[in-house]
This record gives sequence, structure tokens and C-alpha cells, in this order.
Amino acid sequence: MKQFIYLDNAATTRVRPEVVDAMLPYFTEIYGNASAVYDFGQKAKQALDESRDIIGGSLHTKGQNIYFTAGGSEADNWALKATAEAYRDKGRHIITTKIEHHAVLHTCEYLEKNGFEVTYLDVDAEGCVNPDDVEAAIRPDTILISVMFANNEIGTIEPIQQIGEIAHKYNVIFHTDAVQAYGQIPIDVEQMHIDLLSASGHKLNGPKGIGFLYIREGLKLRSLIHGGAQERKRRAGTENIPGIVGLAKAATIAMDTMEQRMEQETSLRDYLIDRIEQEIPFAKLNGHRTKRLPNNVNFCFRFIEGESMLIMLDMVGICGSSGSACTSGSLDPSHVLLAIGLPHEIAHGSLRLTLGEDTTKEQIDYVVDELSRIVAKLRSMSPLYEDYAKKHLS
Amino acid sequence: MYSEKVMDHFQNPRNVGEMENPSGVGTVGNAKCGDIMRMYLDIDDNGIIREAKFKTFGCGAAVATSSMATELVAGKTVQEALEVTNKAVMEALDGLPPVKVHCSLLAEQAIHAALWDYAQKNNITIEGLEPPVNDIEELEEEEIY
Repeated sequence: MKQFIYLDNAATTRVRPEVVDAMLPYFTEIYGNASAVYDFGQKAKQALDESRDIIGGSLHTKGQNIYFTAGGSEADNWALKATAEAYRDKGRHIITTKIEHHAVLHTCEYLEKNGFEVTYLDVDAEGCVNPDDVEAAIRPDTILISVMFANNEIGTIEPIQQIGEIAHKYNVIFHTDAVQAYGQIPIDVEQMHIDLLSASGHKLNGPKGIGFLYIREGLKLRSLIHGGAQERKRRAGTENIPGIVGLAKAATIAMDTMEQRMEQETSLRDYLIDRIEQEIPFAKLNGHRTKRLPNNVNFCFRFIEGESMLIMLDMVGICGSSGSACTSGSLDPSHVLLAIGLPHEIAHGSLRLTLGEDTTKEQIDYVVDELSRIVAKLRSMSPLYEDYAKKHLS
Repeated sequence: MYSEKVMDHFQNPRNVGEMENPSGVGTVGNAKCGDIMRMYLDIDDNGIIREAKFKTFGCGAAVATSSMATELVAGKTVQEALEVTNKAVMEALDGLPPVKVHCSLLAEQAIHAALWDYAQKNNITIEGLEPPVNDIEELEEEEIY
């Protein structure tokens, strides 16, 4: 039988059957509008309130500070645009990093066109932001710092608590894009001094089309969507109750199983990294070896190109992703790989494999065996490898 | 995303490899933009291409267009080989996604570069053949936008 091994859990995840079961009644039975007065609508309202409290609890904050959105990108856009608008009289300087998701980077570029100035911090070769650099970049007119909790491509976990303490010390608003981290590793918005946090449901075995923005109590922020009193008038639109219930269920399970999943995935992740490093020559691990999401593996294989690798992996039933230009539709490879200092030609040969809770050691063994074969085949076709071998291996 | 023919030529590329003492060899593209194609031609005394071989660093479309280009030029005269344009390669592959059109350009350039090398070595002029473009990026900009 043809294998099917899904190792692209950073892109999206399978919705858990328990999550689907929790959602279903809110489509056909308890479908009332949560804003309605009658009891039927109030049942939906109750599910909404309970879900909000669950999400709040998962971040060590009150439910009332959670504002549901249509996903992580919306939450990122909201956090940045609304902060910029609300505080533009105080200052027009924003600090972020070169390795943020495009939902943050492109929003920053938009703000730059509208009179704001953005500092894009460098990261080190492992993708870590230096908190000292954050502190040094703060100016009297700095209104916002936005640093992702963990990177979506290379899995590096950033020193969020230290950056939060610095932001707090200078009274600058601190946003973190936690789309990849939420549900995977512990987050405490109080302890870490986080003012704004974005997350998405479909990265933690929840449904697509639902996410949230955490907004610290008392923080002044403009609304992104106008037109109703939902979400304390801050985000209009009839609530997506099935999605919200599904997200809350996914979060509940993610929190309950986090410790055990982290242990299991970290061990499999390191096994995969070890085997690749031992068995495939000219392979370089991207990202930090230990300060790294438990499910993320990212390698560059020299002399070959990422999309070719993905197609050949797909032919043997393995789903992965790459930061090569050919998978992005542009001529440039991933901005994250360039930011950690990789030359273009090496960045083109990247492969990201992100594990899930169902991933097994047998699957990892199959993946490494196939990957070794595929890398060797593509290298045999590559003029770069031919040239290199002639120079260095003869 | 790719046609069956592209997938076939990617999975089972024809004429991959190097050539000892080729009549002409050309390398185009650059590693920075993620595509490098090297084309080897074996041309007989009558100016007919006996065999073409290639090595390619690049995506699925780059490999498939290289493979198809070697098939299309084999058996042709050098003059006929000049008519193997990127359009001809694409058509032979039943088309490419729009973002991959630039890959087919590389195949055309590789053929021309190998022919140019052949012409230089033998001190002949091939009518209509331009010197190879070294910076493929420049050319892409014009073709795409």
C-alpha cells in the first residue's frame, strides 16, 4: 500500500475527531445568534463565553481579554494596524525582526507607506533575536515591539520573556505572533509581559478560519472591523460559534497533552535530525538545536533545489515543505533562511518537516531512507555537485 | 500543478549526465536564482547533433525542460536546433504553470550556449545565433514583466 506520511503540521493540522464532535451541534442544533435575547441564542452565547474562558485560561489570563478573529493573519494585522493608529500621536516607530511571518512583515511595510518607521532586527545564525538589540533599538517614539514567539520555518523559539521585560521597562506595547507556538509550548502572558498575542486554531488540530487576538486588559486599541457589538465592539461580525467551540476544544486537549506531546515529539525530532546528519552528507540543520519547537526539523541540502525534493517526496507519499524560490512564486528563497545568513544557492535547497502527534518512529525511518535516495538522485543530476565533487572529492 | 508529460520527464529524465569531449557545452542560469542548466552536445562532421546530455540544478520544471530540450535537439542540424525555442519546449511538455515559464527560457539559453561553444571551437558562424546571455536574470525580467 502506498504510504501517506504527513510532515507539514506547521502548515496546517488534522482536526481531531473530538473537536469535530464538539463543533457539530453548533451547526444544526444550537445555531442561534449569540446576540439574540431568547434562550436559544443565549445557549450559543454560553458556549461562546465558556470557550473564551478556556482560551484565556490557557494563557493565564481572563477570558474577557480574548478576541476571536478569522485566524492568525487577521490577528497580526489587527494588532499592528490598530496599535499604530491608536498611538500615532505618541510616536511612529515600530520594532520587529527580519524573520517574522509575512502577516507581520507585509503589515509593517504597509505601515511604512503610511508614515511609520520600522526597525527590522537581525537574528543570529540560529535565528535567535538578541534582547539587547531590542533594547538598543528602542527610541522615545517607539510605540510597538513585535517579535514572534517561535519561527514558522526554522522553529527557533525566541526569548519572549526577556523581550517582554524590556518592553515593560520602557513602557512600549509588546506583540507576539504565537501562531506556531500556541498549543505546542507553554505561554504565560502575565509572566512574559505580553500585551498582544496572535494565535490560530488550525495549527493545533483545531478548525481553519478561527483564531484570536489576546489584548491586555485596559490597553487602548482601535477596532479593525466595524459594524456590530460583538467582541466588546472591537471586532464586529456574527461570531463563528462552531469554530470558536472547536478552537476551545482543541486548546483544551492541547494543554492537557502538552507535556507528553513535547516529550514525544522532541525525542522523534532529535532522532530525525540525528539520522539525517549521520546519513546524508552536506546537510545543514537550520535553526537552534534545543531552543526549537518540538515538532520542527529544517535542513538545507547543498547542490539541490527544494521543489524537486518536495515532488519526489510526494511521489513516495511524504508531505513536506521548502523555502525555495520555486515554491514561493518569486525568484528569492525564504527571507528567514537569508536572515540567518545562508547564501541564496543553499537556501534554495531547504526542506521543512514538521511532525504531529501521530508521527511514529517507523515513519521517520521510512522518510530518512527515501530522503537519502532522493537527495543522492538529485545530486547526480546537479551540475553544482558535479563541479564540487571534481574540485573536492577527487 | 504540472502536466503528465512534465511529471514524466521529471521522474524519468532523458539524457542526464556528462559527456567526455563534447562538441559544445554551455552552462546558463545562476545558483542565486535557483536554476543552473548545463547542456552537452555531440555534433558530427555534417553539423548534425548526434546526442545531447544535461545536468540541472533546479525545480521540477527546470529538470523536465532540460530533459525535453535534449530530446528535441537530438538528430537535428545545428541550424534546426536554433529553432528549438522555449515555446517549442513548453508545447512539447503540454505547457507549464505561468510562474515556471522562465525555466523553459533557461533550456533555450542552454542550447544556444552549447551551440555557441561549438561554433567558437570550430571557428564557424551559425546564422542567427547570438552570444550566450550570462545573466539570465536580466532576460527574465524583460520576458516576464
